[in-house]
Amino acid sequence: MEQTRPALSPVPVVHLRGAVALLGRFPALAGVDLDIEARRIVLLRGANGAGKTTLLRTLAGLVPVAGGEAVVLGVDLVADPRAVRHRVGLLGHATGLYDELTVGDNVRFWARAAGADPADVERALTRLGLDGRLRTVAVGRLSAGQRRRTSLACLIARRPELWLLDEPHAGLDQEGRDLVDTLVREAVAAGATVVLSSHELDRSLQLADSVITVAGGVVRPDPSPAPGANDGDAR
Amino acid sequence: MIRDALLIAGKDLRLELRSRVALNQVLPFALLVLVLFAFALDPDKSVLTQATPGLYWIAVLFSALLALQRSFAIEATDGNRDALRLSGLDPAGIFLGKVMAVSAQLLVLEALLGVGVAVLYTSRIEGWILLAVTSVVATASIAAAGTLYGVLAAGLRVRETLLPLLLLPVLAPVLIGSTRAFEAALNGSPSEGWPWVGLMSIFASLYVVAGIFGFGPLLEES
Repeated sequence: MEQTRPALSPVPVVHLRGAVALLGRFPALAGVDLDIEARRIVLLRGANGAGKTTLLRTLAGLVPVAGGEAVVLGVDLVADPRAVRHRVGLLGHATGLYDELTVGDNVRFWARAAGADPADVERALTRLGLDGRLRTVAVGRLSAGQRRRTSLACLIARRPELWLLDEPHAGLDQEGRDLVDTLVREAVAAGATVVLSSHELDRSLQLADSVITVAGGVVRPDPSPAPGANDGDAR
Repeated sequence: MIRDALLIAGKDLRLELRSRVALNQVLPFALLVLVLFAFALDPDKSVLTQATPGLYWIAVLFSALLALQRSFAIEATDGNRDALRLSGLDPAGIFLGKVMAVSAQLLVLEALLGVGVAVLYTSRIEGWILLAVTSVVATASIAAAGTLYGVLAAGLRVRETLLPLLLLPVLAPVLIGSTRAFEAALNGSPSEGWPWVGLMSIFASLYVVAGIFGFGPLLEES
């Protein structure tokens, strides 16, 4: 399944140097240095409140960069964070779904907003197992796992170049977790880059090429490389 | 921008069709306001008849506040605002789409309220063209100003109480203009109402232009 536009640029997909992001007056990111090359799967790990979610939201252009350099997919986030947003897909703790609309309506709306084809919507619904009866069910009546699947369908229908996944396995059953891993690998094979945070380290370490640790709003390379790591593209 | 506006308007109207909040809550509220006015002023029928245009537009304004709060409440849940920001939709398109959806709901509400006014206040309705044009222009003004102030208040904890405080003073000229135009139509002298429509058109244009340019920055800040 073709899920993304190929990323052919030799420059890093993510390039941060001394990046600072403030939540109010609190420096949630306090000088982050990070490079991530294309077609990699990078795992962020760290304690609660370490800054993982803020880092993902910063990469999505949702949290303004108050200092340092931040370039994502060739877009300078300091100058224009909006310009990168339609090229990234963020799966956060919130689903971003409308409860009164059906699964099909939600996926179709977010896909059309991103300029995706109707065929992308059908493929996404089928891939996530939402093409049967669930398609016509209002999202408000779904279980947490089914809502998560719907969010994932919205994400893959948009075909983002950079996937930012915040606890993507949360709320899913075993089959759903396996499907997430498969989707991530397919996306990377199709040219996308994936940054995910997860507390499910056993599963995520098998998936990731590289691991970085976030602590106190700064990033440092993990001393123990992930089992799937090859040449450590995240520095 | 137009494509994005139609997409947002379609989504908001589909949400309304599924939830029926306007039909089941806003419309009964507006009719209740009219009935209470009728009870309060009934002993003096002449006062009720004279006050009909103003009472009608006050009922519309109160109802519009509920519709506008609903329009932004649906974006406040479960990360929808962030999803909108990530969607790539033009903020001006989002603004126009919300204005279109709120306007459509208000126009239906105004038509049904008009029937209520005719029945309760036994008003004789004349000057249909002036009434229709006044409704369209005033509704566009209310929806545009309300959407602009709605996104401003949306990110605040006190948004339910702040929106009326911000919006009602801004809409005072629209209330005056629409009331005067309706009075002219109901009195059988529509020529006296058209200048008020022209004045409201200027306000509507100002609110729409301000929204097209101001909605994006306010969405980022909210």
